[in-house]
Amino acid sequence: MQTLYDVVIIGAGPAGLAAAVRCDEKGKSVLLVEREARLGGILKQCIHDGFGLIRFSEKLSGPEYAERYMDMLKKTKVDVTTLTFVTDIEKKDGLFELTLVSRSGVTAVKSKTLILATGCRERTAKQVNIHGTRPAGVFTAGTAQNLTNLLGQLPTKKCVILGSGDIGLIMARRLTLEGAKVLGVYEAKSTPSGLTRNIHQCLHDYDIPLYLSHTVTRVFGDDRLTGVQISEVDEKMQPIAGTESFVECDGLILSVGLIPENELAERLGVQLDPKTKGPVCDQNLMTSVPGIFSCGNALHVNDLVDYVSESAVTAADGACGFENADGEFSFIEPDGNIAYIVPQKIDLTKSKSEVCFYFRSRDVLDKCTLTFSANGKTVKEKKYPFLRPPEMERLVLSLDGAGLKKGDKIKVTLEGGKK
Amino acid sequence: MKKLVCIVCPNSCELEITADENGISVSGNKCKRGVQFATDEMTAPKRTISSVVRTAFPSVPVLPVRVSAEIPKERIFDVMQEINHVTLRKRVRRGEAVIENVLSLGVDVIATSDVLTTAEDPEPSEKETEKNRAKRTKKAKTTAKKTEKKA
Repeated sequence: MQTLYDVVIIGAGPAGLAAAVRCDEKGKSVLLVEREARLGGILKQCIHDGFGLIRFSEKLSGPEYAERYMDMLKKTKVDVTTLTFVTDIEKKDGLFELTLVSRSGVTAVKSKTLILATGCRERTAKQVNIHGTRPAGVFTAGTAQNLTNLLGQLPTKKCVILGSGDIGLIMARRLTLEGAKVLGVYEAKSTPSGLTRNIHQCLHDYDIPLYLSHTVTRVFGDDRLTGVQISEVDEKMQPIAGTESFVECDGLILSVGLIPENELAERLGVQLDPKTKGPVCDQNLMTSVPGIFSCGNALHVNDLVDYVSESAVTAADGACGFENADGEFSFIEPDGNIAYIVPQKIDLTKSKSEVCFYFRSRDVLDKCTLTFSANGKTVKEKKYPFLRPPEMERLVLSLDGAGLKKGDKIKVTLEGGKK
Repeated sequence: MKKLVCIVCPNSCELEITADENGISVSGNKCKRGVQFATDEMTAPKRTISSVVRTAFPSVPVLPVRVSAEIPKERIFDVMQEINHVTLRKRVRRGEAVIENVLSLGVDVIATSDVLTTAEDPEPSEKETEKNRAKRTKKAKTTAKKTEKKA
């Protein structure tokens, strides 16, 4: 390990790996820091296939996708440190000073730029207000996936899944294949949270029922879960009194959302977007703190790993081309039909001829039009046959001809019929 | 007319299928893979499956695997049974077959990770009894605990 790097990347999941390979390609000195023993992040336990259709034009499993990048990494000069925590980061004299803790002790390294590829975390039972006792048998979908796919331990024989997020759907199929009985997937919202294809290939294929506008309101059991109480919910997702029913089970799997992990970023004063819960970034994915970049699920929760890798390359290019100069910004202003859009601002002193936007609609929309406009002039218009909140959209566009000046607003509107 | 959702890629196209004496016609697909999917789905539905196989290496208790190509949907649980019979005693590489030509379906069950090639475990003996395995696993765990304490 050196004492000064051009780029330090925190997190060696798909985002960190892709960023490291890219920075090395550009001739930069790179340190990749990972807290687990093995590289690959969450992909290690995502043994199902469907990864890499865009990036590699192949249907790979999670470990295969990660290991392709690990093979690329082996051919680089990137320094890698595993079982290492970043406990502190300070910015001093234009350099970031990191304190790393590993089995070999405490080390200090300096870096010109930082890429935060820290991924995201699952929302837990405590965060969705489930009442009752605290028995064993309540798992987040990721924990159940870890137990089943990495440790080879089946966490439940008969379970209920709360939340129709993708990991929950994937685990419904996985547990069924391993011989467990999945009694049903319960979703408080009136539309599914996961990708449509996952509803079909994970639930319909295995005759697992999906109950929309239903939620778990209570858990029962002392040492081990013995059952859950299910209630119907109204349009405001509030349980309706009198609709309670009891379902006997020994497992409750939660797939109730993911939150970008940005504790390190917050400590460094990085401004977060309340919609994405990730940093507010410009088109190079630089955060509000010059020299700090964000990518992958730390930036916003993605549904495809291919876009995680893509954003990592954008952040890597940004970090490699970083000069400590003040930017001049135009700001993206999405309307209420857009759940979020990334990046949130455009640095006019940098290239804006190929800006890659990622966005989601707030509701299921039929036949809708997305419009970018600045100073009353339409910059880009795109029609979509339908948009669904679980399916992120990507749009590359040039803002060169938009005549943007410092402080200008770029309005993004989404108009269409609600289903 | 039958409605299906294509599961080939994340686009999740909503397909409308009409079958008559001239064959099957498909609409709503953004690409030609949708036609193939609809035809298969109407005649002989196929799926891929992923799972894990047990290993004799204590630090890697299970290794991820998948089928090398699609299998008939109705054979999924038969193939799962075969996968659950395997205990790996040798280090296989990513892409290597763990079960060749599973159930004569013309498809291999392949490893999807290289993790065994770097696992820091001793080579398991060719024919290990369950008793020995339990003993060794226990020993490895105690050693791991000791190392942890030291660290």
